Amino acid sequence: MRNAFIETLCELAQKDERIWLLAGDIGYSVLERFSQLFPARYVNMGVAEQNMTSVAAGLALEGNIVFTYSIANFPVMRCLEQIRNDVCYHNLNVKVVAVGGGLAYGAAGYTHHAVEDLAVMRSMPNMTVLAPGDPMEVRQATRAIVNWQGPCYLRLGKGGEPIVHRAEPAFTIGKSIVIREGNDVTLISTGGILSEVISAAEQLAPQIQARVLSVPTVKPLDEVELLKAAKETRLLATVEEHSAVGGLGSAVSQVLCATSRVRDFDFLMLSLNDAPQQTAGSQFYFRELSGLDSAQIAQTVRKHLDEMLGSSSQAPSFIV
Amino acid sequence: MSGNSIFTKPLAQKIRADSLRMVYKANASHIGACLSMADLLAVLYGEILQVDPEQPDWSERDRFILSKGHGTAILYAVLAERGFFSSQWLDTYFQDGSVLVGHATRHGVPGVEVSTGSLGHGLPIGCGMALAAKRGKQPHRVFVMLSDGELDEGSNWEAILFAPQHQLDNLVAIVDYNKIQSFGVVSEVMELAPLGDKWSAFRWAVREIDGHDHAQIESALGSVPFEMGKPSVIIAHTTKGKGVSFMENKLEWHYKSPNTEQLAQALAELEMTE
Repeated sequence: MRNAFIETLCELAQKDERIWLLAGDIGYSVLERFSQLFPARYVNMGVAEQNMTSVAAGLALEGNIVFTYSIANFPVMRCLEQIRNDVCYHNLNVKVVAVGGGLAYGAAGYTHHAVEDLAVMRSMPNMTVLAPGDPMEVRQATRAIVNWQGPCYLRLGKGGEPIVHRAEPAFTIGKSIVIREGNDVTLISTGGILSEVISAAEQLAPQIQARVLSVPTVKPLDEVELLKAAKETRLLATVEEHSAVGGLGSAVSQVLCATSRVRDFDFLMLSLNDAPQQTAGSQFYFRELSGLDSAQIAQTVRKHLDEMLGSSSQAPSFIV
Repeated sequence: MSGNSIFTKPLAQKIRADSLRMVYKANASHIGACLSMADLLAVLYGEILQVDPEQPDWSERDRFILSKGHGTAILYAVLAERGFFSSQWLDTYFQDGSVLVGHATRHGVPGVEVSTGSLGHGLPIGCGMALAAKRGKQPHRVFVMLSDGELDEGSNWEAILFAPQHQLDNLVAIVDYNKIQSFGVVSEVMELAPLGDKWSAFRWAVREIDGHDHAQIESALGSVPFEMGKPSVIIAHTTKGKGVSFMENKLEWHYKSPNTEQLAQALAELEMTE
C-alpha cells in the first residue's frame, strides 16, 4: 500500500504544485521518489510529530495541500492536539497518512499497533477518515483526498497486501464498494483486512451467500448502502483490525441504531479486544488470536446465522 | 522620545485602556498578560507590520501570530485601532454569540491569522508559514509572540530546532518575558534562564531588550533578520500588568478581573502617563 500511495502522490504532485509531503523521519526506500522529484515540496521533519503537524497547518494556511507521513500512531496520537486545534479547527487541507495501520507492525509491539486510530480520528471535527482495503483503493483514495477540501486521515497498511480489485474501482468519498453480492449476510470490511473478509465469504459459499462491502471511508459512512444491506440481508457483520471501541463497528451500529424503520436483522462486530497485545506476533498471528482470520470469520458468521434460524424457525442448519 | 514612539506610546496606552474595559465588562482573566505586551503590540502594529486593514488577506502582508492566545483582548484592541474592524466590536468580547472569543480566534475576525489558546502551537505554525514564504520566494515576514510560560511546552523546542535548520530568517519570535507564569514565578516553576543562551545554542540570532522601551522595541523589530540565514528572537524583558501600579508583578492579575473602582483607578493611571 505504501508504494501505491507514493506512486500516486508523485503523479498528483506533478500536476499540482500545492502538494507537499512532510515525513516524520520515516519512509526509507519509499519516500525517496517524491523527495527526488520535488525537493522544494518535501521536508524530513525529524522525529518531531507535533511540529510536523503544525508546520503542515502553517503551509496549508498559505494555500497548500500538505501530507504528513509516519508510522502507525505517531502522526495521529503524538500530535492529536495539533490535529484538533491547528488542522481541524481551521479546516485545513492537511492529509495525515499513517503507514502500518492495524497490526501491520505486529511483531514490533503494541507501541506500533495502530488499533485505536479510527476511533480517535473519527471524533475529530471536519476530519474525513479513510482506510482503503487494497492497493487499488489506496490509489483511488489518494486521488480523492487531494480533491477533497479539508482534513483527511489515510490509514495505509505496510507492504505486500494482496490486490483485491482487478481494476481500479469507482471511488467516491463516502461511498462503499460492493465486492460481492449475496443475500444471507453482509460482511462489512474496512482497511487491509479486506482480503480475509473476501476469503471468508468464499468459504461460506455455496450454502451462505455473503455480500461483501468494502468501506474505505469510515467517516462519512455510506448510510445508503448500509441500510440497503440491513433490509436485504438478515445479518450484518463488521470486520476491522481495530479496537472494539469507536471504529467501523461502532460507526455502523450508530447508523443502524439511529434508523427506526429497519429492524429485522442481527448485528455482529468482529474486532480486536480493547487490550494491548502483550507478545510479539505477526499480523496474521494476531488476526488468528483475535478471531479475525478468514476461517474464524466464516465460522463465527455461520454459527450466528445458525442460531438465528434455530431460534426463529425450523429451517435447516448452515453448520456442515 | 526617539523614532516613532510619539505615535506608538499613546497607542500602547489606548489599547491598555481598551483591554482593561473589555476584561472588566466580560469579567474575564488575563489582563496582566495583555498589559505586559502592550508596548510590543503597539510598535508592531503601529510601525513594523506591513498589513492592510482594507485587505486583511493581502498575500504580501506580514503574518502575526499571537501564540499566547489568552492575551487576545489587547490583540483585538490593536486590530480595532488599526481599522480591521469597528471598535464597537470590542464591547462584545467574551459575550454570547460574539466572534471575539476569549482566546485569539481567526474565525470571523479580520486580521487574526491563527486561532490559538492551547500553548505551544503558534511558533510551529509560524514555521510552516515562513517555510512556505521562503520556498515560494515571497518577501513577507512571520512574527510570533510567545509567553515565557509557554516555553515549557516541548512543541516549541521542536520548532526552535526546525527554524534554523531551514534558514528561516523571515521568522521572528518575540518572547514576552514577564517572569510570571500561570501558577507561579518562572524561576520557581521551570527556570528558563539563561534564556538567550538557550536560543543561541539552538542557532537563532538573539537580541534582548526592555519590552517597554519603544525605542529599543522599534530598533530591534526594525532590524530583523539580525543575521542572514538565521531566524531572529527578541527576548523582551517585561513587567506583567505593566502600566497599572496595583497590577504590576502580581500573579493574581493572571486571573482576576478589576471591579468598578479598580477599573477607574487603572484608567486614571493610564491617562496620567499617556
